[in-house]
Amino acid sequence: MLRRAILVILLLGAGSASAGQVDWPEAGLVWKVFTLQDYNTRQVVISTILLGVTAGLVGTFLLLRRRSLMGDALSHATFPGIGAAFVVMILLGGTGRSLPGLLVGATVTGLLGVLLVMAIRNTTRLKDDAAMGIVLSVFFGVGVALIQMVKDMPQAGPAGLNDFIYGTAASMIRSDFLLILVVAIGTCLVSLLLLKELTLLCFDESFAASQGWPTVRLDIVLLTIVTAVTVIGLQAVGLVLIIAFLIIPATAARFWTQRLGWMLTLSAIIGGVSGWLGASLSALVRDLPTGAVIVLVAAAIFLVSMLFGRGRGVVPRGLRHARLRRKVGRQHLLRAVYEIVESGQPDVAEPVRNLPITFEALLAHRSWSAAQVGGLLRTARAEDHLENTEPGSVRLSEAGFGEASRVTRNHRLWELYLIRYADIAPSHVDRDADLVEHVLDAEVVSQLESELQDRPSSLEVPPSPHFINHPSPEVS
Amino acid sequence: MNWTIDDTWIVTIGAMCAVACALPGCFLVLRQMSMMGDAISHAVLPGLAAGFLLTGSRASLVMFIGAGVVGVLTAVFTQWVSKFGKVDRGAAMGIVFTTLFAIGLIMIRQAADHVDLDAGCVLYGAIELTILEQPVRIGAFAIPPAALMIGSVLIANLLIILLLFKEFRISSFDPALATTVGINANLMHYLLMTMVAITTVAAFEAVGSIIVIAMLIVPPATAFLLTNRLNVMLAFSVVIGVISSILGHMGALSVPPLFGLKGTVTSGMMAAVAGGLFFLAWILGPEGLLITRVRGNREIEKPGSAPSGETA
Repeated sequence: MLRRAILVILLLGAGSASAGQVDWPEAGLVWKVFTLQDYNTRQVVISTILLGVTAGLVGTFLLLRRRSLMGDALSHATFPGIGAAFVVMILLGGTGRSLPGLLVGATVTGLLGVLLVMAIRNTTRLKDDAAMGIVLSVFFGVGVALIQMVKDMPQAGPAGLNDFIYGTAASMIRSDFLLILVVAIGTCLVSLLLLKELTLLCFDESFAASQGWPTVRLDIVLLTIVTAVTVIGLQAVGLVLIIAFLIIPATAARFWTQRLGWMLTLSAIIGGVSGWLGASLSALVRDLPTGAVIVLVAAAIFLVSMLFGRGRGVVPRGLRHARLRRKVGRQHLLRAVYEIVESGQPDVAEPVRNLPITFEALLAHRSWSAAQVGGLLRTARAEDHLENTEPGSVRLSEAGFGEASRVTRNHRLWELYLIRYADIAPSHVDRDADLVEHVLDAEVVSQLESELQDRPSSLEVPPSPHFINHPSPEVS
Repeated sequence: MNWTIDDTWIVTIGAMCAVACALPGCFLVLRQMSMMGDAISHAVLPGLAAGFLLTGSRASLVMFIGAGVVGVLTAVFTQWVSKFGKVDRGAAMGIVFTTLFAIGLIMIRQAADHVDLDAGCVLYGAIELTILEQPVRIGAFAIPPAALMIGSVLIANLLIILLLFKEFRISSFDPALATTVGINANLMHYLLMTMVAITTVAAFEAVGSIIVIAMLIVPPATAFLLTNRLNVMLAFSVVIGVISSILGHMGALSVPPLFGLKGTVTSGMMAAVAGGLFFLAWILGPEGLLITRVRGNREIEKPGSAPSGETA
């Protein structure tokens, strides 16, 4: 029991690495396999790379159309085709094991399944997910029924059909390799030739339709090339894992870029690299199923992309948020100090002078907690916006005061603009201005200045257009 | 066709399974998460493998728990990926379940030297074999263990849905409203996911994943086409599930002999029959292709309604 538990933990923890009993291949062989010099594995590795590149390209379009799971429905829908082709070939007197024949069957039912999904979605209240689920389960059920029906036939012994579920890249022969080569290159070519049309279809289907593009036919073309990729992937990585090939590279690429061209390139690269690393690893280590290793490599790339992807990755996005939050906090603090100083001044016409204020006045100015104000003050001190004063009193430094005037000025300019042009009541304008003032850049500010020309156009801070509520307006 | 007491049991187990799946399935369809059943039933593979490696037996509680845990984790991971990574939910689901499935495949292959676990058995299932197991005696009745297992899951699902009907309904149709009236929509989501995971795993061990995937989606989707009311939809989906089970088993016994073959698996035929029923509802249902076409034409032809002519 304990031994088993340890084995499970090792297996779970190591993921793809195999626990203990592996005899590691020698370095020379590793080098040869990874550089495609090993004759035995070259075909397999090249074809999984091709498959990865193609699936990466096609998967990008699927992802952008929010149809990622179409690959799932499709790959299951090929199953009855495999069974039916098998039966037909036996009835015609063959062995039923000819790969091209099986793949033709797979293509036929795969396409039929895809068309049914579209038909169900377009003619009923059911959504994409239900349409795909229905086609997937019913087709797969029919396939299983068919295959179990013929498994007792004397000529049959269709144990090989199970290979389509889990994939057996290792048993690939020359003709399979050529088939994958031709289909992969053809698919890449079609998707690159139709790049503009497919882009349009992905981003704005109704616009494409209004411009006279045949959107339904383009949709069918897209799903046909998806079917082609799925069918050639069946043998190499299997029915379930080809789904991953269609989804993971594209989704991983999405974290790095906003541009379609880059996304397609990256996705193709990620797909190719997963195919290359996965197939090589599985060729080197005993008992590692190719498809599964490829998927794990792709999943690892996905995880890294999701965390660190430059465009939408979790960590960069978190950092950007934190930076923005810090900026907002800083601006709020500076404006609060400025407003308190300003309100303590006896003569409104005088320019505002930088005076120290009390911590309590600051605390009462906005709905801040003492801890929040403390944090903001610490940041401000680190940024040299505050001078060192005795505890309980706050005084801006020269740089801080300049920044405070600038921030307050921007806020008020924006308020005035909103009052004049957006017809917002002076009593409400403070909050509305708050939403945008932090992202105002110099260009917008100068535009605001010219819009509000009758205001004193100097660098002065205009007076607040509304009453600023101070519970204790005295300045210490 | 030779109907025996065994066939009655097979149909009963199939029907209980169909009902146990159709009840949570209705809410999956309404929440547009139909593919979750498929995802979970693939993703539980590592859980099954781990449970199997730990105990070495195929019908153990550990295996059940392992698969159940991984099933719920699938839902949790999907939620995380789509929330934190801002990924489309379908894509998130696809990534999570294929990765888990790959891990499970590797575990099984690595352990193949030590144990005998055929990945195919998990997919196809063998509802016909459930009656060969040693029956459990309760009073005068001899009940197959699979029937007990699925029966208890069915009762649990039924109870949960009856007790929390209002909460499920509100949170499925309007999660924002649910939150404002004090129902934790997130909690309901995970409760539903747990129900789906446990039902999947329970049914899975007994009858294979095809029945589960098909019965989670097809009967509810068929019922969805037939009515606008949630309780009617639940009732219809239950009836459709039961009919699929009866006709499916009869079909499995009687269709292949027409071609001179011995017979086929009930699970596949159940899915096929359910698909046929869906097709009928699609064409003939109240909003079906045929009816709307006829009704549409009649309305156009009615004098004084719409100007006749080029209205299509």
